[in-house]
Amino acid sequence: MGGFPFSAIVGQDEMKRALLIAAVDPRIGGVMIFGDRGTGKSTAARALAALLPPIAVVTGCRFGCAPEEAARSPDYDPAAKLSVVKAPVPFVDLPLGSTEDRVLGTLDLERALAHGEKRFEPGLLARAHRGFLYIDEINLLEDHVVDLLLDVAASGENLVERDGLSVRHPARFVLLGSGNPEEGELRPQLLDRFGLSVEVRTPDSIADRVEIMKRCAAQEQTPAAFAAEWADADGKILRRIARAKTALDKLAVPDALLADMATLCRAVGADGLRGELTLMRAARASAALDGAKAVARKHVAAVAPLALRHRLRRNVLDETGSTVRIERALAELFG
Amino acid sequence: MTAPAPGEGDDPALALTLFVADPLRFGGIVLRGDGPIRDALIAAVTAALLESGPLVRVPANVDAERLLGGLDLAATLARGTRVMRPGLLDAATGGVVLLPMAERIAPDIAAHIAQAMDQGSIAAILLDDGREADAMPPAVLTDRCAFAADVGALRTVPDIGHPIPRQGAAVADVQRAALAVTAAALGVASVRALTLTERAACACAARADRSAVAEDDLAAAVRLVLAPRATRLPEAVPPAAEDEPPPPADPAEGEGQAPDEGVSPPADLLLEAAAAAIPPHILDQIERRVRGSGRTPAGRAGDRQRSAQRGRPLGARPGVPGQGRKLALIATLRAAAPWQQLRRSSAPDATGRVEVRKADLRVRHYEQRRGALTIFAVDASGSAALSRLAEAKGAVELMLAQAYVKRAEVALIAFRQAGAELLLPPTRSLTRARRALAALPGGGGTPLAAGLIAAQALGERAARAGQTPLVALLTDGKANVRRDGSAGRAEAMAEAAAAADAMARAGLASVVIDIAPRPTAEAAALAATLGARYVPLPRADSAALVAAVAG
Repeated sequence: MGGFPFSAIVGQDEMKRALLIAAVDPRIGGVMIFGDRGTGKSTAARALAALLPPIAVVTGCRFGCAPEEAARSPDYDPAAKLSVVKAPVPFVDLPLGSTEDRVLGTLDLERALAHGEKRFEPGLLARAHRGFLYIDEINLLEDHVVDLLLDVAASGENLVERDGLSVRHPARFVLLGSGNPEEGELRPQLLDRFGLSVEVRTPDSIADRVEIMKRCAAQEQTPAAFAAEWADADGKILRRIARAKTALDKLAVPDALLADMATLCRAVGADGLRGELTLMRAARASAALDGAKAVARKHVAAVAPLALRHRLRRNVLDETGSTVRIERALAELFG
Repeated sequence: MTAPAPGEGDDPALALTLFVADPLRFGGIVLRGDGPIRDALIAAVTAALLESGPLVRVPANVDAERLLGGLDLAATLARGTRVMRPGLLDAATGGVVLLPMAERIAPDIAAHIAQAMDQGSIAAILLDDGREADAMPPAVLTDRCAFAADVGALRTVPDIGHPIPRQGAAVADVQRAALAVTAAALGVASVRALTLTERAACACAARADRSAVAEDDLAAAVRLVLAPRATRLPEAVPPAAEDEPPPPADPAEGEGQAPDEGVSPPADLLLEAAAAAIPPHILDQIERRVRGSGRTPAGRAGDRQRSAQRGRPLGARPGVPGQGRKLALIATLRAAAPWQQLRRSSAPDATGRVEVRKADLRVRHYEQRRGALTIFAVDASGSAALSRLAEAKGAVELMLAQAYVKRAEVALIAFRQAGAELLLPPTRSLTRARRALAALPGGGGTPLAAGLIAAQALGERAARAGQTPLVALLTDGKANVRRDGSAGRAEAMAEAAAAADAMARAGLASVVIDIAPRPTAEAAALAATLGARYVPLPRADSAALVAAVAG
């Protein structure tokens, strides 16, 4: 399917907000999307990547490096003149059966066999550099591959020490995972590494469903016209992201609000510092997206479920949903 | 009208006709059943599809390398230059992949095919002979296929090769709303399914030369696309009750000619059509789910993989790559190194490149951690049944909550009255376990033998799939119902002893947890027959149970 415009996605406000926050501040650490099949998870993720403006890439760099980090690429040649091309923001769809070789990169078999040359062949991590790495059904992915991905996502660098190779290259990407908890749950330590999590549900309202059908049909029949129809709205979102990115560093988070966040995290029992940090970053990015002058309680309240719901310690006997617990705590603390 | 209005009996033919006319638009079709004309039918479909694009057969045991293509190792070694081999998916681009034995496709292969389907580069035909009730094609694929047709009942090969005009038939919003209401009533959550239903309705109308979708088209689309996806029976939810009435079609908004000839089939008519068309095997699933043992067979989560492909790398062994085995390059070159001089002297035309022979080839080996499966077989008879079952349920949830790291799975069998029932098929999903165990039946006699046999069957299946099963038997050992459901203490005890003996001989590990108020001789004897650990736990609570099972 050709790209579906981001702004044409009906409903799913929470998922869209989480994706926008990740686009504004990639340090947030990825988004985990829970939901049934066919609810448009990958469509939204893909749409966001397609929306973003092209990035400058060093010509011939197989690792997608930006000009300012050219020297960090294994392909860097100090003697060559640096030239730059524009490339779309990468969106890499990591298939379920991916092996370590394909993810990390491996010895270039062709060169090794045909020329006796030891050269590194970049993997999916290199392709995802400065873009998005989308993993459908992450809960079915091999544990060791997931661990590896999270390591690289956290460090922003892929270090390969295998097959007689020693290579390091930058690999910064926004990790997007999707999964259906009914088909096997994620380990809590893995969940905690994701910055935000969203629960996607099929729209209940018939009107929304009809609207989705209409837009899908329109896109299928006249893709170009459909894209043109939404180009303005997409452009608006793009400008909003750009403004938010520049505003981000200037936005101060008042001390009192930091204290509020700490209290909230303690009240819901969100383990670890990662929760607080993510909550702060998400609130700031959210405020920046809204064009606010300062981060306020309402921004915290808006992103608290996104940033915390997957970090709550699970109580086997209490079946209350995490979201409800967070909302309850918010109501108690913020009134 | 150029085509006769199809009746419900012609649905498989209609689905095939729509699919063959525009495969990429509909994603795919699942052909279920194994009738007398299956092969002839597939030949006809193949012939029709080959007129418009490629058709590639992909065997269930295909490996990712063959599917996606890549370096042709043998040819590269022989020629010393790069030889690439296109993958099966490349060969099928713009056409159709035919997947025989679709229920056997490995999850990673299915994921690659699903990705290609998402990109709109291929469509898929999934063949499922339906012989094994629990083995269904992967849900990632079936969800992307518009149609599912039962071809087992067909006696003649239908005429399917009619072209259908692509453009045309308009759908009114009120019709879309009717489809949406129908989908909701059938418990179909996927929005993709709705879009595919609409496309099917349009194609049905176009086939009949209609410029607007008519009631018959909607009904046919609902039968073909929505009915096979039903997760509940429409009676359970009154149609249109959960939302505002469908919005009226806005005449200003409708593109093209909105049909205003009064074509607005009430959703309940569509529902009727859908309910009548739900395939029997789906009905079975729904019923099982309603009874509380719901596992959509498609959700084969956490399938075990062969150790030649997955897991942590262990090192290299001699062997030829392919079939999922990966070349260990460094080890291969290392093996070839000592012979280089000798080989070069015998092949003077080779200039400077490494001479590798088949015997040098090394393949990677991986270690695959075997998952554990704990099967709780719970005596749900008598007065203590309810609390006992509740504790067993608690134990299942506790184990799952603790089992994340170990990737362990848990299953629960209850035996009472006339027989044993699998209440929770093996799962590691807490969410699913909770739902399946929400209502637990209890009371009646004790068909111990039936419980043992059910546990053994499940345990052996798990062992075949590479898991390590452990049967945890919660009982007082006092059987009083025979395998055929009739009462009789002595016979029931004898049967139970025989079943226990069989289980022991099958090599299944087990533990007997005696839940009687006072430890019973029967339970101890049962443990002895099974060769099982015997744990008297008169006041079994969830935590103690988990501790006993963990040993």
